[in-house]
Amino acid sequence: MKPVIGLEVHVELKTKSKMFCGCSADYFGKKPNTHTCPVCLGLPGALPVPNKTAIEWCVMLGMALDCNIPLFSKFDRKNYFYPDLAKGYQISQYDEPFCLKGSIKLGSGKTIRITRVHMEEDTGKLIHENVNGQGITLIDFNRSGVPLVEIVTEPDFDNTKDVLDYLKKLQQIARYLDISNADMEKGDMRLEPNISLRSNTTNTTNNTNQQITNKLPNYKVEVKNINSFRFVEKAIAFEIKRQTEIIEKKGIPVQETRGWDENKQKTVTQRVKEEASDYRYFPEPDIPPIRWNDKKLLMIKKQIPELPDTKKRRFQKQYNISQYDAEILTREKTLADFYETCVNDGQKANLTAKQVSNYIINKKIDIESTLPAEIIKNIKALTIYLRIDESEIKKIVERVLNENKNAVGDYRNGKVSAVQYLIGKVLMVSKEKLEVSRVKKILEEKLND
Amino acid sequence: MNYSAYTIQGARASLKKKHFSSTHLVKACIDEIKEKENLNAFITVCEKEALKKATEADKKIKDGVDLPLLGIPISVKDIYLTKGIRTTAASKILDDFIPQYSATVVKKLEDVGAIIIGKTNCDAWAHGSSGENSDYGPTESPFLEGYVPGGSSSGSAVSVAAQMCFASMGSDTGGSIRLPASFCEIVGLKPTYGRVSRYGIIAMASSLDSIGHFTNTIEESALMLSITAGKDPNDATTPDETVDDYQSYLKKDIKGIRIGIPKEYFAQGLDKRIKEKIEAEIKSLEKQGAKIENISLPNTEYAIACYYIIQPAEVSSNLGRYDGIRYGSARQNFGEEAKRRIMLGTYVLSSGYYDAYYKKAMQIRTLIKKDFDEVFKKVDVVITPVSPTLPWKIGEKSSDPLSMYLSDVYTVTANLAGIPGISVPIGLIQSLPVGLQILGPHFSEGKLFQVGKAILGV
Amino acid sequence: MKINVKHVAKLANLPLSQEEEKKFEKQLSSILEYVEQLNSVDTKNFEITSQITGLENITREDKTSISLFQEEALSNSKSNHNGMFKIKKIL
Repeated sequence: MKPVIGLEVHVELKTKSKMFCGCSADYFGKKPNTHTCPVCLGLPGALPVPNKTAIEWCVMLGMALDCNIPLFSKFDRKNYFYPDLAKGYQISQYDEPFCLKGSIKLGSGKTIRITRVHMEEDTGKLIHENVNGQGITLIDFNRSGVPLVEIVTEPDFDNTKDVLDYLKKLQQIARYLDISNADMEKGDMRLEPNISLRSNTTNTTNNTNQQITNKLPNYKVEVKNINSFRFVEKAIAFEIKRQTEIIEKKGIPVQETRGWDENKQKTVTQRVKEEASDYRYFPEPDIPPIRWNDKKLLMIKKQIPELPDTKKRRFQKQYNISQYDAEILTREKTLADFYETCVNDGQKANLTAKQVSNYIINKKIDIESTLPAEIIKNIKALTIYLRIDESEIKKIVERVLNENKNAVGDYRNGKVSAVQYLIGKVLMVSKEKLEVSRVKKILEEKLND
Repeated sequence: MNYSAYTIQGARASLKKKHFSSTHLVKACIDEIKEKENLNAFITVCEKEALKKATEADKKIKDGVDLPLLGIPISVKDIYLTKGIRTTAASKILDDFIPQYSATVVKKLEDVGAIIIGKTNCDAWAHGSSGENSDYGPTESPFLEGYVPGGSSSGSAVSVAAQMCFASMGSDTGGSIRLPASFCEIVGLKPTYGRVSRYGIIAMASSLDSIGHFTNTIEESALMLSITAGKDPNDATTPDETVDDYQSYLKKDIKGIRIGIPKEYFAQGLDKRIKEKIEAEIKSLEKQGAKIENISLPNTEYAIACYYIIQPAEVSSNLGRYDGIRYGSARQNFGEEAKRRIMLGTYVLSSGYYDAYYKKAMQIRTLIKKDFDEVFKKVDVVITPVSPTLPWKIGEKSSDPLSMYLSDVYTVTANLAGIPGISVPIGLIQSLPVGLQILGPHFSEGKLFQVGKAILGV
Repeated sequence: MKINVKHVAKLANLPLSQEEEKKFEKQLSSILEYVEQLNSVDTKNFEITSQITGLENITREDKTSISLFQEEALSNSKSNHNGMFKIKKIL
């Protein structure tokens, strides 16, 4: 049986103000219900006015994920009831989202298709407490109306490794675009995998088998609101195991929404299909639609910086560094930018890009507290000996060994101290200052050859 | 002293000349409200606040401050949020709701010196055509005991007709200003959709709600619109269109104005006496130089069906926020009409029915709008009746919702097309008032005032 | 036209009494019967009108404005605790 996995990811944007009102979107850790107004508190009569920057960022993310940007788009109301939803509906996008049909290429070479990227608003936060032995739920609306972008994939994953790679790439792109902190711990990114299993053992004698196995399973289990990569890994693994057991007993897993319970280390039922919501979407009458033209879209496109994959390939080629090093250096845009500044400065001091990358990676440089100039100075100090190419030293060593056959014989007969004599000779022959340990290493290699 | 002879402009002139004070005006209005308490026009009377504001206004007047509504008492429908003053939407759900903010229009009015004298009764959540659906009891017609004043802005219409204030703000989603204006023998304006901000006014059906007002005269109606109209950054559906100099239209005659008479509005179902009265007015306009043309708005017959899908759908969503958590009480406290509309709206939006009902209705809405677009290529304005019948007795239609819905037959089209309409009084039939409706293209309010003036005379 | 009133009421989060359910089932059916007349109109190639203004691209700049004070936000709630709205425990 093969897992079929799709992902819905919510990314909270780091705009200054909320999606439909002027309240500060910087709500994390703030006093409850101090970042609210008539709009995000859903007071009677209040009306939404969309945040231009949030819309542009959503489109920018879509562009970075190779999506099509339809010229016409609109907001819709998604109607449902929950105490954290102030208006009784969430303003979202239904049939005409900002971005459609994109993709992300994984490290494994596999391409994950992105169905859509759309804009919506966050809900308030529920806090469950016990006060005087009574269970209560408290609601803080500071988060209500914070801009959210939802990225939906096709069910293209069949293993957790790819899922994690996808999530890391998505997180990295959001950070490169500087549109979200994508901080899992602060809930900036929330993950909802949907998992089912495709049987590849049934009807093996049937000649239509090929067709059948390519069809998607007729059920889907959604795991809601996971806020850590590790939990998503565990939840998927758990679901695969759980569903496998059901299918092996000739059962069919129930189509439902489940949640990850970290304490119990398992997924638990939240809502089954029969109770599934009917969201009664309809076009949001309070917000006129959005229409793009080529000029406006180009202006957004221009704001997209070089993205991680492109940067990585360029680094490998331009700086002649390994794929692994390029990967590390481009993991965060700030580090990549720091590296390039150092490389530029290093050039003037005759340092190669490779030397700079080695130093930054090996020494695990904290770029927050180090200036590029310091990096260059430090590398220089270390490499004053290293400037001579290894092959140059080898040539000198060969020459010295040929000219001092006696000493070589002594060494090979057990007189180890003869190496000191030979080192002295090498240092004498060389016009440049050489590092003793390096010379010794090369000499010993040759002598023990 | 009797202030009923004064228009807003007249009262302002007298206030400036210190013939009387704003305090006098406010007290006189409060007296009227108290005396006619049986009409049930107000849910909340802001006596204390209004008197305080009047004192402040009198001081400003003394200091030579001149603002268009300085010291003038007006009322607002109880769906307008007024900071610190209870706002109920005539529903027990909001019985104790004290708004944290004021509607844009309320601020605009107060900015030019208006004094809010009270919050008027209406059909709960503005759902109704008669004023009977209020959780605070029905409003009664000031003309004949036991008759409805028209709704849903019932109290607003009555407050102006019965001289309890100089003007009143209402809302019109399917006729809720024009119908009560017609039933109360006053002028009621439903501006172009988006012309006046909806921010801070409890939403009924967001794509249809129009914010307008009641006055005794066309001149006052023009003055009120020049104050309330304009773009509001808090309402994304208000265009940046310049606000016309409406007063200038009042000086123009109607020579050469092309008036369309749509046959669908004079067909079966219209009370003959009303038809005759309107035809007499049309003749008089022709005499004044207007060109009368017979026209057709072929999709009119679908308007009510279309409206009674779109409107409840939006209502069901707009009333979703009343969950009793942040304000108000629990959902079972909705009145019968609100429950009916929530149910109907939820049904037509629900999975499997959306295309057959809601989508279909929105397509027909396009047809209705196109009808008007075509007609306004040929004529400047269209004249129709406001209501197919005379005002009815309280209780007469309340058992049959559909027959009540059908009383909006001549008014809902303007809401579906987003165009402006004005109801002007053209006299009485058996002591019951009759109104005439003038419709025009988007943002043609000036023209409506111009033709309205020709009908009412000076 | 038969309407599942119970289901619709559940979607609408609207508690109805049995009498109300009965009454609405009848009334809604007759209203829906009335609106059925729209089916006779051919709308195949017609756009929908969900916005009558013709406006497009109405947005606001990403600037913050002053929020309500906590006491104001909570001022109309029947029940609150530690600056938050309080309800019966839900899970």
